[in-house]
Amino acid sequence: MSVDRYEAVIGLEVHVHLASRSKIFSWSSTAFGEEPNSCTDPVCLGLPGALPVLNRAVVDAAVRLGLATCSHIRPRCRFARKHYFYPDLPKGFQISQYEEPLCEGGAVEFRVAGEARRVRLTRIHLEDDAGKNIHDDSGVSFVDFNRAGVPLVEIVSEPDMHSAEEAAEYMRALRTLVRTLGISDGNMEEGSLRCDANVSLRLRGAEKLGTKAELKNINSFKHVREAIEHEIRRQAAMLDRGEAVVQETRLWDPERGLSQSMRSKEHAHDYRYFPEPDLPPLAVDQDWIERARASLPELPENRYRRYVGGLGLSGQDAGVLISEREIADYFDAASKVCAAPAKKLANWIINEVLARVDDARALAAADLPVPPTALAELVDLIDKGTLSGKLGKEVFARMWQEGRRAGEIVASESVAVVSDAGLIEETCKKVVAANPDEVARYRGGQSKLLGFFVGKVMKEMGGKADPKSANEILRRLLG
Amino acid sequence: MASPQVVGASIAELADGVRARKWKARELVESFLDRIHRLDGRLGCYLLVDADGARWRADQVDAAVAGGRDPGLLAGVPIGLKDIFVTRGLETTAGSKILRGFVPPYESTVSTRLAAAGAIALGKLNMDEFAMGSSNENSAFKPVRNPWDLERVPGGSSGGSAASVAASLCAGSLGTDTGGSIRQPASLCGVAGMKPTYGRVSRYGVIAFASSLDHPGPFGRTVEDVAALLEVIAGHDACDATSIPSPVGRYRQACAAGLAGLRVGVPEEYFQAGMDPEVEAAVRGAIDEIARAGAKLVPVSLPHTQYAVATYYLVCTAEASSNLARYDGVRYGHRTAEASSLEELYSKTRGEGFGVEPKRRIILGTYVLRSGYYEAYYGKALRVRRKIADDFRAAFSKCDVLATPTSPTAAFKLGERNADPLQMYLADIYTVAPALAGVPALSQGCGFTRANLPIGLQLIGPPLGEEAIFRVAGEYQRRTDWHKRLPKDPS
Repeated sequence: MSVDRYEAVIGLEVHVHLASRSKIFSWSSTAFGEEPNSCTDPVCLGLPGALPVLNRAVVDAAVRLGLATCSHIRPRCRFARKHYFYPDLPKGFQISQYEEPLCEGGAVEFRVAGEARRVRLTRIHLEDDAGKNIHDDSGVSFVDFNRAGVPLVEIVSEPDMHSAEEAAEYMRALRTLVRTLGISDGNMEEGSLRCDANVSLRLRGAEKLGTKAELKNINSFKHVREAIEHEIRRQAAMLDRGEAVVQETRLWDPERGLSQSMRSKEHAHDYRYFPEPDLPPLAVDQDWIERARASLPELPENRYRRYVGGLGLSGQDAGVLISEREIADYFDAASKVCAAPAKKLANWIINEVLARVDDARALAAADLPVPPTALAELVDLIDKGTLSGKLGKEVFARMWQEGRRAGEIVASESVAVVSDAGLIEETCKKVVAANPDEVARYRGGQSKLLGFFVGKVMKEMGGKADPKSANEILRRLLG
Repeated sequence: MASPQVVGASIAELADGVRARKWKARELVESFLDRIHRLDGRLGCYLLVDADGARWRADQVDAAVAGGRDPGLLAGVPIGLKDIFVTRGLETTAGSKILRGFVPPYESTVSTRLAAAGAIALGKLNMDEFAMGSSNENSAFKPVRNPWDLERVPGGSSGGSAASVAASLCAGSLGTDTGGSIRQPASLCGVAGMKPTYGRVSRYGVIAFASSLDHPGPFGRTVEDVAALLEVIAGHDACDATSIPSPVGRYRQACAAGLAGLRVGVPEEYFQAGMDPEVEAAVRGAIDEIARAGAKLVPVSLPHTQYAVATYYLVCTAEASSNLARYDGVRYGHRTAEASSLEELYSKTRGEGFGVEPKRRIILGTYVLRSGYYEAYYGKALRVRRKIADDFRAAFSKCDVLATPTSPTAAFKLGERNADPLQMYLADIYTVAPALAGVPALSQGCGFTRANLPIGLQLIGPPLGEEAIFRVAGEYQRRTDWHKRLPKDPS
């Protein structure tokens, strides 16, 4: 394969559904999965005479995203009509932004295999989503307009990415960011996060960009990777054969794992953009921006830096913790009340807690059996030596099952490690007295036999002896 | 109970009579329905008469009066709605075959407000298809005839709205004005009609032709009737983002407020050599009368007037091509009987559904908005539009109201200008500039030609200057009796 001769240049256009209760220009619900055409109104159906009115909560969400990516927020922007005919597009145009987007510039920061990356943004703009065509087996088509008018932001990146993996990580970072901001559920299965990719190749070291193809319909992280990898191979093979890449729009078919040409540059749509006359220009004043800024939570990359720089976590652990807002929130809530080192707490979350939830969002549930403070209490008990690591795991399992606190389980069922020196000493003496042969061999130099005595003491005490004290006492008695 | 005399009656008389139990709303409705039944076959004003609905609502109003409740300012007043206002449960076509069978599931803001004030909608009034036209001959269903001369046009696009008031087939009506579509037919039919300030009256539920130019507004026999209807329909609407939040003026009071201290501007560009001498004489006579009534006349200039028609046709065709994109046969209205592909569904549906004038404007507008040509056409038109608005701003620093002709001629004959769209477009020469500037303007009768055809006076005010217009209009009407002349019922 000749892929290595070429450098891929990739830019993404990511569409994110904003989590508002009502649509961007009307009042019907944005709920997903409802009865087809039940969440509609005259405006989102494009009925004659209906007019759009901008939902300000949606603007606020986009302003927050703009601030979180250090974009410039335009004090005055406009909406524009983008025209094309399609059955799922009820007005015959989409209300989008063209010459005056809400946000310009900015960047998204993330890491690929631990290495920091920064992808610049061209713009972020607001628009309404279209409905959905549903094709019947009998050849009849239906249109469901529940999705029509659901608010979208389109986040357009500069062509700053060079591999499929980087593009996938960029998507992940955006998803984490919008979920951290609380402006979207970022749910790819429900189409809340979709992406088109612009891919071109050039010879390594070359300055000039090659001819790009635009891939549409990429709806999961896996597909981002597969579609771009496939496109890189396809273009590399063409260039190897001396063919020119054609500027075109291609549709990714995830089932078959390949893309097909939709339309070439010559047949590109003329969208006939013009300013939306039904909506006055949108003014976002400094007050609004400052209020939005003040409401921003700690962003994933800042968290990452705090975890690694401030708390001494490994980059890998920090990466896992920030991958979902709920995991990081859980960690922060626990670490606030936990005396044990952050590293231990992080290990418990990554190895035990995350093993028990399919979806990180469960960590924010009110009825979570082990809330962060309860985990902190358990980790502290282990750190202080009240519980051994092994006992700790048993106690955690019971906490998860029964929803009880560690202290409660320890107190009521005496599962704690016995650290009463008198009781341990008594047991040790008994064990020493009962095994004269082993005592002689130990004293003769077989110091490995200490383990044998510790084991006996543990067995006598039902595994609850504090291993550290038992070791010390036995060494003294045998020494 | 007295039997209501509905021909030539004013809105205030009819509503007062209902409130005072001189007659019932139901009787008013029956009288108008009877006239419609007898006369509209000759006039063609109505596309749909909702007799049952009107009777039902009249009974509601009568029940309210009987129960001691005030049904509102327009108690029991039968009105007509241009078929561009969507009406819940009543077919709404905008005069186009492409919307035949479309029964809206919702009601326009202004018709809701009229009903809440006690008005009773009798039906839907004929119009040029999608409000595109100046003669009402572009209706996909039938032309409207001018009650003053059945061989002549009533003007357009709100031809049904103007003719129905003139012929007493309703007491008042609503129309829309995009480049003159209220004022020009009002002038040609000898009634009063107003295009209020852009944003003063909600466009929610008004089928769009050119969004930045569409102005809903009222028609009445008298300026007081227009003022009363405007008081009811004006005001902020949360469903229209371009709606103006400031409070509604006291238009009826303004009609009687007199002219003391008012300056009336006469723009030279609206009185050019070669204008129809009968129109010029009547309008100049009206201006003299206004001066005699106490207003100070001020010569003013609106230097960009000559670019108004060209600018208007760039803006309105561009917006129309966009607004009419939704009529694709997928969800409502006409759909072609057979299509083997999506492309064919669109082209056949739209080819069959739209008439010549919407097609012409869609093609022009699509051309205007082509990628790479936006600046040369639409962008430039928007800049000229600002210059035209600046002209008005400058003029209104010297005067309070402008007085001009409404239409360059009285009503012309059916078919006379059909072959030449440019000639037809010039019917709007005095009305398009105020539409582009979004300023309020009213037309009222100011005389008749020797052939007994009405002539209209246009009064233009600054943004939200409706009250100043009504002061001039009210005083002029008090001093004249043009509004009292009625056309003969067609035989």
